[in-house]
Amino acid sequence: MKTIHVSTTINGDPAEFICTPDETLLDVLRNRLGLTGAKEGCGTGDCGACSVTVNGRLVCSCLVLGAEAQDADISTIEGMADGDTLHPLQRAFIEHAALQCGICTPGILVAAKALLEKNPDPTDEELRYWLAGNLCRCTGYDKIIRAVQAAAAEMRGA
Amino acid sequence: MVKVLLWGTLRSAADGQAEVEVEAGTFKELLDELASRYPGLEPQIRRGVSLALDGKIYREAWFTEIGPDSEVVLMPYMTGG
Amino acid sequence: MALDAYQKREFKQVGTRPNRPDGVDKVTGRAMYGADATAPGMLHAKILRSPHAHARIVSIDTSAAEALAGVKAIVTAADFGVPEDDFLRDVQDHCMARGKVLYDGHAVAAVAATTIAAAKAALKLIKVEYETLPHVTDVDAAMKPGAPVVQAGRAYENVPAGMSENVTHHCEFGHGDLDAGFAKADRVVERHFKTAATHQGYIEPNACLASVTSDGKAELWVCTQGQYFYRTLCAALLGMEASQLRVTASEIGGGFGGKTMIYMEPVALALSKKAGRPVKLVLTRDEVFRATGPTVSSSMDVKIGMTKDGRITAAQARLCYSGGAFPNTTVDMGAQAAFAAYDLDAVQTLGWNVMTNRPKESAYRAPGAPLSIYAVESVVDELCQHFGLDPLAVRLLNAADKGTKSSYGPTFDQIGLKATLEAAQAHPHYTAPLGPNQGRGLSCGFWFNFGGNTCVSLNVNTDGTVGVTEGNPDIGGSRASISLMAAEELGIPYEKIRTIVADTSSLGYNDVTDGSRVTFAVGLATIKAARDAIRKMCSRAAKIWGIDEEAVEWVDGAAVPAGPNAGKFPPMTLAEIAAVSAETGGPIAGHYEVNADGAGVSFGVHLCDIEVDPETGATKVLRYTVFQDAGKAVHPSYVEGQMQGGAVQGIGWALNEEYIYGTDGRLQNAGFLDYRIPVASDLPMIDTVILEIPNPGHPYGVRGVGETGIVPPLAAIANAVSRAVGVRMTELPMSPPKLLKALEAKG
Repeated sequence: MKTIHVSTTINGDPAEFICTPDETLLDVLRNRLGLTGAKEGCGTGDCGACSVTVNGRLVCSCLVLGAEAQDADISTIEGMADGDTLHPLQRAFIEHAALQCGICTPGILVAAKALLEKNPDPTDEELRYWLAGNLCRCTGYDKIIRAVQAAAAEMRGA
Repeated sequence: MVKVLLWGTLRSAADGQAEVEVEAGTFKELLDELASRYPGLEPQIRRGVSLALDGKIYREAWFTEIGPDSEVVLMPYMTGG
Repeated sequence: MALDAYQKREFKQVGTRPNRPDGVDKVTGRAMYGADATAPGMLHAKILRSPHAHARIVSIDTSAAEALAGVKAIVTAADFGVPEDDFLRDVQDHCMARGKVLYDGHAVAAVAATTIAAAKAALKLIKVEYETLPHVTDVDAAMKPGAPVVQAGRAYENVPAGMSENVTHHCEFGHGDLDAGFAKADRVVERHFKTAATHQGYIEPNACLASVTSDGKAELWVCTQGQYFYRTLCAALLGMEASQLRVTASEIGGGFGGKTMIYMEPVALALSKKAGRPVKLVLTRDEVFRATGPTVSSSMDVKIGMTKDGRITAAQARLCYSGGAFPNTTVDMGAQAAFAAYDLDAVQTLGWNVMTNRPKESAYRAPGAPLSIYAVESVVDELCQHFGLDPLAVRLLNAADKGTKSSYGPTFDQIGLKATLEAAQAHPHYTAPLGPNQGRGLSCGFWFNFGGNTCVSLNVNTDGTVGVTEGNPDIGGSRASISLMAAEELGIPYEKIRTIVADTSSLGYNDVTDGSRVTFAVGLATIKAARDAIRKMCSRAAKIWGIDEEAVEWVDGAAVPAGPNAGKFPPMTLAEIAAVSAETGGPIAGHYEVNADGAGVSFGVHLCDIEVDPETGATKVLRYTVFQDAGKAVHPSYVEGQMQGGAVQGIGWALNEEYIYGTDGRLQNAGFLDYRIPVASDLPMIDTVILEIPNPGHPYGVRGVGETGIVPPLAAIANAVSRAVGVRMTELPMSPPKLLKALEAKG
């Protein structure tokens, strides 16, 4: 299969890769760029473990083609902290024990950050519906909701 | 002599008794004695048995000491998730 | 021995909530899971799976696939031997079908190629000729005489003559005179229940990276709940020596029992051996559903007699479980757990395992218990409703307690059931008002809990920090709990300790992370390893001071002379002793190896409020409270996490999750879209009330907490539905179409 050359921006840095026309953005991130923070839980857009943003829009990277990243601005979990300073969401997840196995955590953090950028003060219900596409099997979501609300409160105050 | 309570399925292998008495000071001696006295128990012992001694469950531990007044209950070997 | 037992103490660190040591890795995407590793020259593997529920494999022709560019190795069952041991043979046959395929999704061949695309293309070129056979996927149908036989000649000696060959195991537990007991009852209720198989639903698909070299050495990187058990099984199936196969547990993306068993790891190793290159094998979600995990499905009858004032006079359960296409004894645990919460004069549980053309059952949180307890707690609730009795009061009246002869034989020691029920009774949730179409349900839950084989090494570093090496994958924050217990015992800050999970070559055998055993057994071994190190540090201090070892005590992280006669020396801290360890005899390390017993059984009570939408049959959980005895909550946040996670898995089991098979015997919902696990918008907060009734078998009183939480939700929700809309749901899941049908039938 003929490969495609793609120029893009990932976590603020220019990036280039080649991929086949049928290769997903998730496969490109994980297998070609070494960005394994996005996880493949299903490959069909049902679990949200591969969540990233493309031009600010939250997507399942398993449902986006690598070729679609041309000239786009992509953010992944690897770009969420500012150097060694964790994002308030990341810190809140640790402090509120909002993860157990941690496999869904990157996707949920990316999704929660995307929500708070649009809606800095969501109700619990808004938050639960926004995160309904991100499956977590360990926590029952309780501590995740609490952690996101704590981070949101902190970010509003900052 | 130690009284050993058998669960229902094992009773047919022990002449229908719910409780049998064997001479044993440890879990290992008890299993050996049961297997030799009641050969019908051997397949289950090979698949695995646990031992509840005075309410405390032991999954293995041959040398666990059994007192004459201890309550001894044989249980299937168990696994969890 | 005295130190093994629980001793009351004031904890300084245990019971606090520090940050977990793997937190930063996991929130930054750096943590390495099963599919995240790579190796030089690595190949990618894919597995060809049966499209049939039951078929004889006439032939497999791999020649065209082998000729495809990029394909480096293909294996089938012919590349493995035939283990003599029944258990090992079943494990292997489950990994790769031999002669017959036994379920939809059963592996028949595997390919390793330079790219995933080449491996997928090669699968399409493998020609398998099948002769399809009649199949059976339903437990009741499989028990009938004349049902298609899944495997012949597999019944244990305990199965009564004359049953279908699919019945492989029978068990019976209990005591007392049932007839006399039922005769004393004012009412006897008998109901039939049926539950669907569910999947553990871990979000990380099974994944491994295998590397076998020509000198017979091998490495396996794998997401597992037990690297040692995986080593035992893989080494046996591949004819390797355990010492030559090093298994490293990756970070694990959920397991819940499902990753206590191998599914494709020996296949990856065989491919690597054949190709002479490392092989990565990652299952798709479809494969995870079709060929790993699921629980038993069940068909059950429960009969309970009660007096009008709420005393249970006799109880009986008949449980038929199917653990898929292989012999299985999970029904033993379901049968023993069924009535564990009750103090009964007459009780009997009977169990049968039945083979069906479904994947081999794997453990899932308290395996076997949620089903039987769902049935029992439903009938108890129905009796309470009939007599107009308070369901908590009835459970308290009949509750097992210290000294109760349990329904499975042993007499209970200290247990927390009554305290748990009383906590539920006193909680505001129990008396909060309810609206129309709303109902409140409750259920007890139970799990045995285990200890098991455990090794811990504890190394005192010369800078005064400590490394703890343990052998159980951290599935829910256990490294934090282990570090806390080490810190408590040594008397140094939590932050000075780092706990790691060892590979199989670095530490002795550890049982899998199962049976809620890790915080209990690894914690116990860690405390004992710390005491071993403390003895050694006291000995060094004694030498430095020139006094007897016995004259030195360990107090708050330092050696001190014991009493005025020992001499007057200022305390020597752990850091001070460690700093001069080279000069005083060499490195200081503590060790402990044990097959731990005394885990202590676990009880829980769940309260839940639901609302049924009479138009759609959908059930919404409005409020949920978990009451459970943790013995001692080492890190309360992760204890709560276990209770919340278990409860929500049980809610999923109750309301939506099920394996749906078509008449063709194929699984129809092998994806998260159609196998619907609970999502955030389905749920309220899950409140938790942790009781701390010390377990006498652990130095800090710790009890396992991981499994009990999945047990009560099934009946708690069924009971709530019954009280909300007056229909008794005796089949799980209570999905909207089923509940709507029941509502329409009621009229």
